[in-house]
Formats: sequence, structure tokens, C-alpha cells
Amino acid sequence: MSETLPMLTLLVVIPVIGAAVVACLPRDDERLLRMVGATFAVVELLLTVALMFDFKAGEGGFQFVSQHVWIRSFGISWKLGVDGISLFLIVLTGVLFPLVIIGPEVHKDVKGYVAWMLLLETGCIGVFLALDLFLFFLFWELVLVPMYFLIGGWGYDRRIYATLKFFLYTMVGSALMLVGILTLVFLHQRATGNLTFDVVTLATDQSIASSTARWLFLAFAASFAIKVPMFPLHTWLPDAHTEAPTGGSVILAGIMLKLGTYGFLRFGLYLFPKAAFSFAPLFLTLGVIGIVYGAIVATMQRDLKRLVAYSSVAHLGFIVLGIFGLSQQGLEGGVLQMVNHGLSTGALFFLVGMIYERRHTRQIAELGGLQRVAPLFAGVFMLVMLSSIGLPGLNGFVGEFLVLIGTFVTRRWWAVVATTGVILAAVYLLWAYQRVFHGRPEGANADFPEMSWRERMLMAPLVALIVLLGVYPRPVLERISPSVRDLVAHVEQHSDFRQPAVAAGAAK
Amino acid sequence: MMHAVWLIPALPLAGFLILLATGRRLGDPNAGWLATTMMVGAFVVAVGVFFDLMGNPADGRVFQQNLFAWIPVGGLHVDVGFLVDPLSVTMALFVTGVGALIHLYSIGYMHGDERYPKFFVYLNLFAFSMLMLVLSSSFLVTFLGWEGVGACSYFLVAFWFERPTAATAGKKAFVTNRIGDFGFMLAMFLIFTTFGSLNYTDVLGRAGELPHVTATAIALLLFVGAVGKSAQLPLYVWLPDAMEGPTPVSALIHAATMVTAGVFLMVRVNPILDLAPGALTLIATIGALTAFFAATIACAQNDIKKVLAYSTVSQLGYMFLAVGSGAYVAAIFHMVTHAFFKALLFLGAGSVIHGMHDEQNMKKMGGLRKLLPITSGTFIVGWLAIAGVPPFAGFWSKDEILVNAYEKNHLLWFIGLVTALLTAYYMSRQVFLVFYGDQRWKVAADGKSPREAEAKPEHEPAAVKSASPAGHDPAADHGAHGDFKPHESPPAMAYPLVVLAVLAAIGGILRSPLERWLEPVVGERVHHVVSGAGTKVGLGVVTTAGALIGIAIAYSIYLRHRAKESSVEPLVLQRAWYADDIVRTVVEAPSRALANFSAFFVDAKVIDGTVNGIGALVRAGGGRLRRVQTGFVRNYALAVAVGAVAALAYAVARTT
Repeated sequence: MSETLPMLTLLVVIPVIGAAVVACLPRDDERLLRMVGATFAVVELLLTVALMFDFKAGEGGFQFVSQHVWIRSFGISWKLGVDGISLFLIVLTGVLFPLVIIGPEVHKDVKGYVAWMLLLETGCIGVFLALDLFLFFLFWELVLVPMYFLIGGWGYDRRIYATLKFFLYTMVGSALMLVGILTLVFLHQRATGNLTFDVVTLATDQSIASSTARWLFLAFAASFAIKVPMFPLHTWLPDAHTEAPTGGSVILAGIMLKLGTYGFLRFGLYLFPKAAFSFAPLFLTLGVIGIVYGAIVATMQRDLKRLVAYSSVAHLGFIVLGIFGLSQQGLEGGVLQMVNHGLSTGALFFLVGMIYERRHTRQIAELGGLQRVAPLFAGVFMLVMLSSIGLPGLNGFVGEFLVLIGTFVTRRWWAVVATTGVILAAVYLLWAYQRVFHGRPEGANADFPEMSWRERMLMAPLVALIVLLGVYPRPVLERISPSVRDLVAHVEQHSDFRQPAVAAGAAK
Repeated sequence: MMHAVWLIPALPLAGFLILLATGRRLGDPNAGWLATTMMVGAFVVAVGVFFDLMGNPADGRVFQQNLFAWIPVGGLHVDVGFLVDPLSVTMALFVTGVGALIHLYSIGYMHGDERYPKFFVYLNLFAFSMLMLVLSSSFLVTFLGWEGVGACSYFLVAFWFERPTAATAGKKAFVTNRIGDFGFMLAMFLIFTTFGSLNYTDVLGRAGELPHVTATAIALLLFVGAVGKSAQLPLYVWLPDAMEGPTPVSALIHAATMVTAGVFLMVRVNPILDLAPGALTLIATIGALTAFFAATIACAQNDIKKVLAYSTVSQLGYMFLAVGSGAYVAAIFHMVTHAFFKALLFLGAGSVIHGMHDEQNMKKMGGLRKLLPITSGTFIVGWLAIAGVPPFAGFWSKDEILVNAYEKNHLLWFIGLVTALLTAYYMSRQVFLVFYGDQRWKVAADGKSPREAEAKPEHEPAAVKSASPAGHDPAADHGAHGDFKPHESPPAMAYPLVVLAVLAAIGGILRSPLERWLEPVVGERVHHVVSGAGTKVGLGVVTTAGALIGIAIAYSIYLRHRAKESSVEPLVLQRAWYADDIVRTVVEAPSRALANFSAFFVDAKVIDGTVNGIGALVRAGGGRLRRVQTGFVRNYALAVAVGAVAALAYAVARTT
């Protein structure tokens, strides 16, 4: 199949074609605009699902690779490939975009909204698939533009401030990364005589002196750390999240934060294994701070959306911990947790959006007693919340547990501190739930409408995946495993790191 | 039949799913009947599995069933599977048995509640989680059940969530339990790091390889989990508040089953505990102190359920005293008898509350014996059982614990003995206040009681229930003062009381069968008490005397009024040693201050302030630099010239 049909190229191209088609449609037919946009997004989803089924579970390397020389003189090519680490991020992207296109209310210019969203999808998919540094950087930057316009155009009161902050913050990171990319490529050329942006070649050759590699790693890492975001570079996130329209928040949290953690895996660990290992304590520490600090700050938020945003800081901290713990379980848990966080935080943002549509406020103090008038709404919120808290049987637990147990094997004390995050998550979410849903509804809260059918349809796939991944994560884990194993072996090969036998499973 | 073990949790799970989908259509009471049927089914299967297992020779009574691989990652492989052995089957039997009775009771008790089907949704989900907990073949699946019962406890404590106290109590239960779970999780990490497995048979079979330090660490971390779940010092604070939940929940979750999960876990890992004598001593000490501490509080509570709640904390303390003394069978034995009599007492209390139209203050009760014959008769059996009067069930299990404690440490034994006296005292006080003496509710109903002002009701479920339009309407009942008469409960509620009363009366006969039955799990060593028969009988006599003295004191105060009641109910005990106030000032207030400081100073001012500060600086700098861009070519030319000169000068300087 991979020979005959350029599957991955299609995945990148379909949404942007959709965006172009939508751009040609009449501005006032909102139904048509959404229908067409959704059609493209659903076709994309079906393709990602097909990709998942075609994907060979036992293999760690890149599959469906398609490569075409693009700019020969610079060694730049259109190279796409998917492995166990990117596979489910692709599927997650496929799942979330149709939902944000069909789902939330869009109060103006549906055409622009849908078109930007589809362009954004191309950017996200491109980042996850690109195996050429130049191509990667192109998609990385491409993602910024639609998000800038989505927040600026469809956001709430302080959207201009938020979007500017978001944009500038990310640009600083990008600038550093661009310098890093070019330096890496030219140094590699100097060492090997081969001018190429090909990620696999660069990673395999490991031609850079380790002292230089440390600086290059940091240049990449700065960009990723902003995107994740890691403490203390996180303050753009609550602003951007809160001011973004619901769909924007869902994508921002669900997909775009993962660009950072994915970047650490694909370009941090893979390109600079030795440097990544030597800086691991720093990133582990920042990850743990993120977990604890994010949770503490979340507790006190008065705006429900800000609370969810800070919970992301904590959750992403777990992922960073898993990545830099460098154990099979931790890395695999981290990859899984990227997907989990996309599902549960995405769902939370949808729900908060629904609350805002009804009540025109996100202030926790102005809500209350909603469970009495909207039990189904409350039930769905509760389930998603418990997934976010990491209740076993739901998806969040599996990822969190794997991260913690894996990190415990390699970096015991970081894992111990991080585990307190499990307590804190219960505190801030349950307290928020109590204030919003428990008690007796008064005033406008007493007329809070129950979930509409449309909203139920919107939440159903997310809820189903939350339960499915909690009960039977095996098909996903099986596909992630080989790639993670190869990555750990790669790090071991190029650094002093050795994974304990318990984690690798050699002990048996 | 053994292969049908998966059905034991699957039936309540099916009930949960069916009720989730169709509960509202089934309604009251069909939803309740469906849930109860599932529990009875699970009990029947459990009995079948039990007999199947019995058919095997004693050393062959282990059976493992794996359903599917849950988390297979590298060296970590966890199956969803079941470990059938005497311990898990014992647990499954009493969870399904007592559970079925309480489901049945709830059909009557919850009748008329507007969220009736939802109650059984939660109840079945709870039963499923609890059964996963006890039947699981690995630490991780036990943890799944462990967290599941915690979540259900949260749902059910906050069942009447319109009441702020109920919502807060639910949250408190969950969060406090999570503190314990922290320990449980770390224990699992350590176990995996040490053994490369989380499977019970792998780990416990190789427990002997454990170095002393690791064994102690694992034991203590698991104990932290148990302290949270089983409400021991200092994490017991959630359990008294959990009484905000409907009474059947208090009986099932917060007396008979969930709170004993910690004890179960300790017994499950007994091969590890045996390697950690220091940990055992700590467990025994915490247990004994908790038992005593909670018993003192129970002596001064006026809420009928609060007394039972503190009593439960206290009795759980006994179980940990047993565990810490190495008397694992005694712990399980007391767990089982406690499930009988405490479930009975809670359900009896529920029946009283029901009959009294949602009154929970014992000071407004009295003389109910004649009006509630079944309730009072069965309650009295429960009272004698918990008080430790022979030959009722509680006597045997408590006696066994005290004998073992005596061998472990005389001081711990003495604490246990004093607690036994207190137990008999506060339970007698309860029985006398509720079922004997003046019919104070008559005065109370007229609103003329002089005592009423003094005895503040701790909370008023009536406030919420009357809010539910379909619920019992106590306001209307109470409104008609003249007609107010406590009434006996319907058969669905009375029948479980009778069954439990029989069990509470004769449960003691399980003593030696249970010992033989559990031997393959806990080893032979543990029940070889060194003391001679004389010592044992002596200890039994002393315990019984303690119980009788307790009853006698309560009798003289609460029935003969030899002393003023208020003189034996000091404020410090009524306020539970001010534990909640202490937690509020020592833990809550500083945490809140820290969180506020982090959110509104560190994050908003320091970190975000720095970011915005840099932004402002760049903008200001850009503003200055902008002036350089004058647009006049001569200025640029000048700059270029100056730069060129400078560069030239630099180059010259370097070469020379």
C-alpha cells in the first residue's frame, strides 16, 4: 500500500485542499461551510484510522516513508514517515479536528474559522510526519499562523494581548531552533561532506562533537520547552487558552502542546542522545516542578478555563518526566499520555465551552448546583474529570502510572515527588467540581439546559476513547513499544545511559 | 465452577451497565431489584467457587485466571486476572453476601428518593470495584478496585449533593484516600523495581529474597495506603464525615467492606510483613491507638450514625492491632464478624432514622423498643456482639485479637482492653438512649423539650430530603405533631436485619474453621499462640469483665441517671479532640495561603511579570532604536562610514 499510495503525503495535503475549497465557498452559507470542512476532516480521520490498521505493530522503524528530493543543492527533501511515537498523535489529530469543526458554536465568519482550522490541521500533521528538518521547521512555523488568527479573530476579551504573547513567545523559541537546525546541518556537512536535512541520517551519524551538541540540544529544547510549556516558560498558556475560542483551546491543548513533547522525543533524544541524557536531571526537575506547581496554581484559579489550562501544565509535566526518565515504561507512558491528555483535556475544554455558551461566564463563583438541573452534563464532566485525575479504568491512569513506575526505576526521587501530583490533581479538580456542580442551583444556574443531542454526539467519541484506552490500551501500547525500545537503545548506544534490566524486561 | 470466578465481579458490572443505560426507565423499585439480583447472583457464584476450592486438598487451593493483558510494557506485564485462594474467596463471600443484604435493604430505604436508580448504579459499580479489589491476581488490579471503591464512595457520600456538607464530605473522603494511595503507588513502584512484577504469586512467592530494608519500606508504604482506606490515625478524618451518605452506604462501604480493604491488603502481603518486624510493631501501635482514640470520641457523640462511624474507626484499629501482632486470621475473623454486626447496627440505625422521620439525634429518641420491635431486637443483638459479650460473634474475634496482642506487647493489650470497655460503654449508651428510657421524641415533637436546645443536631438530612419533591416528606410528617409516631420499617428492610442478627449472634463459630481455611495463605506459624490455655481463659475472662463493666457504667448513667449526662460528655470529646479544627488551622489554612501565594504572586507577578517586563523592555528599547531609523541617507552613510573605520581600526590593531 505504501508503495502505490503516498498515504502520508495525502494526510498532509487533504486538509489544506479542504481549506482552499472552503475559501472558495460563499461566506454566508454556514451549514455548507461546516459540512464541506467536516467532510475533509472526516476523510482525514478515516485515513489516519486506515494508517493505524495498516501500521505493522512489531516494527520500530519508520513506516510508509515517502521521500522526494525538493531542493537538491541544499539537501532538502520532502520526507515523511510514521513510527509508533507519532502514529497515535496523527490519529488524535484526526479525531479532534472534525470535532472542533462541527462542534462548538462559532459566532462569526464560519468560513474563516473552518479554513484556518483545516490549514492548522495540515501544519500539525506535517510536524508529526516530517523527517526532514527543513520541512519540519516549515510546518512548525505554519502551525503558528492559523492559531494566531483563530485566537485573535474568534477569541474573547483579552484575545489581542493573549495572541501576541503566544506568538512572540513561540517565535523566540523558533528563532533559536532555526539557528540550531542550520548549525547542525552545516556542522554535519563539515564532518561528513554530506549536506542533508534528513533526520534519520543526522541521528544515525552522530557526527557533532558532544560539547557542540549540548548547545544545539539546548537551542532545540528551548523551543520545545516553550511549546510544552515547561515551568517557568508557561505563562503564555493560561492566557492563550482562556482567550482562545473553544475549538482553539481544544486544538491548542490537545495537539499543539504535544508538538513540544513530540519534539523532545524526535529531535531532542533522537538527534542529541548524549546531550539529552546529560541534561536529563534539569528537565526532570522542571517536569516535576511543573507537576506540583501547575497543580497548586490550578487550585486557586477563579476562571474554570484557566484552571484547566494550569492542569495542562501539570499533565505535560508528567509527559516530560516520562521522556527524560528514559525508561521503556516512562517513555511509552509519556507517548500514551500525550494522546490521553489530548482526549481528556480536549473534552474538558469542550465542556467548559458549553458552560460558557449557556451562562456567558466561566467564573467558578458564578456557577453552582448544575448537577441537579443537568445530570447528564455533570456525569460526562465527572467522567472526563476522573480520567484527568488518573482513575484506574480510564485512560489517564495508564499513561500516568507508566510514566511514574518507569521513572521510579531510573530516577527514583523525581518519581516520588511527582507522585504527589496524584493527590493534588484530586484536590483542584474535585474542588472545582464541587463548586460548579454540587449544591443547589440558583438564579440563572437553575435554568442551565441539559446536554443537547448535538453535544452528546460531540462528546460520545471522546468518552468512548477515554474508557477504551483505560480498559484495553494494549493495541496502542503494542504499536508504541518497538519504536520506544529503539529510541532507548539509540540513547544507550550513544551515551553512558543504561536502562535497568527490570524495565527492559530482560530480567525474566 | 472455579472457571466462573470472573462472573463474580462481572455480574455487578453488568448490573451497573444495564442500570446506566436503562435505570431511569426501570425506576423505583425495579432498578433496585435488578441490582440486588445481580448481587445475589454474584453471591451464588462465590458460594460455588468456595465449594469448588474446598474440594481441593489444602495445599492445592490456588487457582489463577487471566482474562486479558491490561498493561504489557517492556518488563512490566499486568493481566486483568483473578487469584482464587482461601483469602480472596472469603472476602468475595462476605462482600457479595453482606452486599446483597444491603442492596435488598436499600430497595426499601431509598424508596421515594428522586435519584433512586442512580443510587443503585453507584452501588453496583461499588460492588464490582470491591470484588476486583479482593479477587485480583496483581497489585495493580487491586489498585484498580481500590481506586474504584474510592470513587464510588465519593459518589455515594455526596449522593445528596445539594447539601454542602455532603459534597464537602465526599471530596474530603476522596482526597484523604488519595494521600493513602500515594503510599500504595510508591509501594508498587518499589515492588516492581525489586521483583520486575506486580503479580501476587510472583512477588509473594519470592518475598524471602527481600532485604530487610526493602521489605520494611514496602510494608510501610502499603500501610500508608491502608491507613487512608481503612481510616486509621491520622487519616481517619474522612470517615466520620462520610456519614453524610445514605445509611445503606455507611453500612456497606464505610463499615462492612471498603474500609476493611486496608486490612485485606495487609493480610494479602503477609509474607512481606513477616520480614519487617519493625513495620509490624508500628502497624500494631497505630491500630491500638486508633482503636482507643476513636472509642473515646464515640462516647460523646449524639448523632446515631456518628457513634457508629467512630466505632468503625475503632474496630478497624483492632484489626490492625491484629495484623501488627501477626494474627492475620484474627484480623480477617474480626473483619467478618465486624461486617455482620456493624452492618446490622448501621442498617438498624437507618431503620430508626427512617422510623423517626429522618431524626438522627439520639437525645431526641428514647423508648423506641416497643414501637420498633424488629429493629430494636436485632439492634440489641448487634450491640451485644460488638460489646464483646459471650457468646456473640464479636466476643470471639475480639478475644482472639487481644490474646495475640498480649503476646506481642502487654501495653498494646492493655490499650485494647480499655478500648473494649469503652466500646461496651458507648454502645450501651447508644442502645439506652435510643431504645430505652423516656420517649423524648414526644416532647421533642411538641417543640417543648428543654434538652433540645442543648443537644444540637449535627446535621439535618431532612433539609435535603424535603427538597426532593418525590422524597419522603418529613416536614409534612413533623408538621402534624400530634400524629408523630415512630414506625417499624417495611419487610425489605427488616429481613436483612434479621439475617445479619443471626450472623452476628452465631458468627463466632467461624473461628476455628476460618483458621484452618486460611492457613495456606497466612502460614501455620501465626496462630500458634504460645500462652497456655490458662492464660487464654484468663484473658477471656478479663475481656468479658471489661465489657460488663462498660455496660454497667452506661446503665447507671443513661438509664438510672446516677450522674449528669453532660458530665461524661465533655466538649473536647464531642468535638472529637478538635481534630477537624486542628486540620483546618495546621494543614488547610497554610496550604491555602501557599497556593494563593503561588497563584497570585509567584505566577502572576514574578514569572508572568518577568515575561511582560522583558516584553516592555524590548518595546521601550525598540522605541529608542526606532529613532536611529531616521530615513535620511546621510545618517545611514555616516553610520556605515563610522562602522567601516571601526572595523578597519580593529583589523589593523589585530595585525600589528
